[in-house]
Amino acid sequence: MTILEVSGLSKEYKGGTKALTNVSFSVKEGEFVSIIGPSGAGKSTLLRCINRMVDASEGDINFNGESVKEFKKKDLRNLRTKIGMIFQHYNLVNRLSVVENVLHGRLGYKTTFEGILGIYKESEKKKAFDILNKLGLQEQAYKRCDQLSGGQKQRVGIARALIQDPKMILCDEPIASLDPNASKIIMDHLKNINTEMGITCIFNLHQVDVALRYSDRIIGINCGRVIFDGKPEDLTKNDVHNIYGSQVGELITD
Amino acid sequence: MKLDIFKKRKKQLAIFWTGIIAVTLGSMIITGYDPVLGITSVPKAIIWACSNFYPNEKSLSRLPIILSKLRETVLLSIAATTTASILALLFSLLGSKTTSDNRIISTITRLIASVFRNVPDTVWAMVLLFSFGQNAMTGYFALFFTTFGVLTRAFIETIDEASGDSVEALKSTGASYFQIVSQAVIPSSTPQLISWVLFMLETNIRSSTLIGLLTGTGIGYTFSMYYKSMNYNAASLVVIAIVLSVFVIEFTSNYIRRVIL
Repeated sequence: MTILEVSGLSKEYKGGTKALTNVSFSVKEGEFVSIIGPSGAGKSTLLRCINRMVDASEGDINFNGESVKEFKKKDLRNLRTKIGMIFQHYNLVNRLSVVENVLHGRLGYKTTFEGILGIYKESEKKKAFDILNKLGLQEQAYKRCDQLSGGQKQRVGIARALIQDPKMILCDEPIASLDPNASKIIMDHLKNINTEMGITCIFNLHQVDVALRYSDRIIGINCGRVIFDGKPEDLTKNDVHNIYGSQVGELITD
Repeated sequence: MKLDIFKKRKKQLAIFWTGIIAVTLGSMIITGYDPVLGITSVPKAIIWACSNFYPNEKSLSRLPIILSKLRETVLLSIAATTTASILALLFSLLGSKTTSDNRIISTITRLIASVFRNVPDTVWAMVLLFSFGQNAMTGYFALFFTTFGVLTRAFIETIDEASGDSVEALKSTGASYFQIVSQAVIPSSTPQLISWVLFMLETNIRSSTLIGLLTGTGIGYTFSMYYKSMNYNAASLVVIAIVLSVFVIEFTSNYIRRVIL
């Protein structure tokens, strides 16, 4: 079943920079999709168009059977509660504790008043601790986030996305600031979430080898256009060079 | 090519220093300032201060009046700073790029803050004298206006710096504007916001003395009364009281900063 359908998506920023040109692809429920491409290719813009953090100039996005393009305030908040997002720089509130940061994932479901005062149900708090347990962060729950390592911070980011009960998680370069060891832990957790809970995952990645190893499908983007869309085993060396606009022998993976 | 860059630098430096020296000499000639006389009069001033400007027994009897005036001035500064900082917080939320998505409102807010900031508090006091007269109210509003201007600008920068990333994250979870402000913006920037308020409090206690001279209230006016009636001993007691209170305030606010940061 298709959960996300992107059709003819284009984005032009003010000042005429074209980030995306006529991007179309669809994602099936439970798929693990990586988007690869050079820096500035439009990967982040593409991801942010899906949950409307950035508004596309043209084209349509259909999520879970609904066109999201015309969504206004309330529908938009509703949409975003169903889509978790994970960031390269974790984007936590560093001065708050781990569990408070996790509970931020529930804000989309709350009335403004409850959200301002930070009133959470017992069941929500319990769920937060359950998720932290699962991610191996039970001992960090009451620590302030600025005391955590990068890998731990990213796990808090995952917990914040998970407590939303999302149908899909968007990951914007989740391991770009992490060491190889922490990267593997994060990728394994995300793969687990994908297979066990059936949550669709869309990744922006810089590491072609990671994309090859973990994903069900790879989408290659260069200059805002889709260059490759297919299974990892079909991605040839030539395709990789096309995506990165490089010659044979120029890439570190060669 | 490289040599040319060094030559250009030297030339720029020469022009810069010639300009500075020319301006200094020019203003000395226009105002008739004699640097030798300026330096030699310093020891004389010190000798005068030592022989006249000290508190004696008689002036100590005026201490209760001085202290009550000092308290009035300090309390007025605190009131002006705290009320202005609340208004400044509201305006900075409207003016910050992170929390406001309406660019017109944000520009107007910054413009208003800039007007209030760029008029010095003493000038505000002079202007307000017309509407409120020689009155503590005038002093309060003079401090309030500049504090509001300075803090709005400082708060905007603090908010932009401290909370950009987490605002994006909370937005993507579906949180609403006010939820984002109270759950991400305020927690991440609180220490810096408080630090700025404390800084303005110190500044205001210093400048309220000066504003008191204009508005005829508070410790500033007490000082000028004693000074004009040539009661130098009492005037010196006022100065010592002001200096001590500024030290105490500065010490306290540094302590608070250490604790919260």
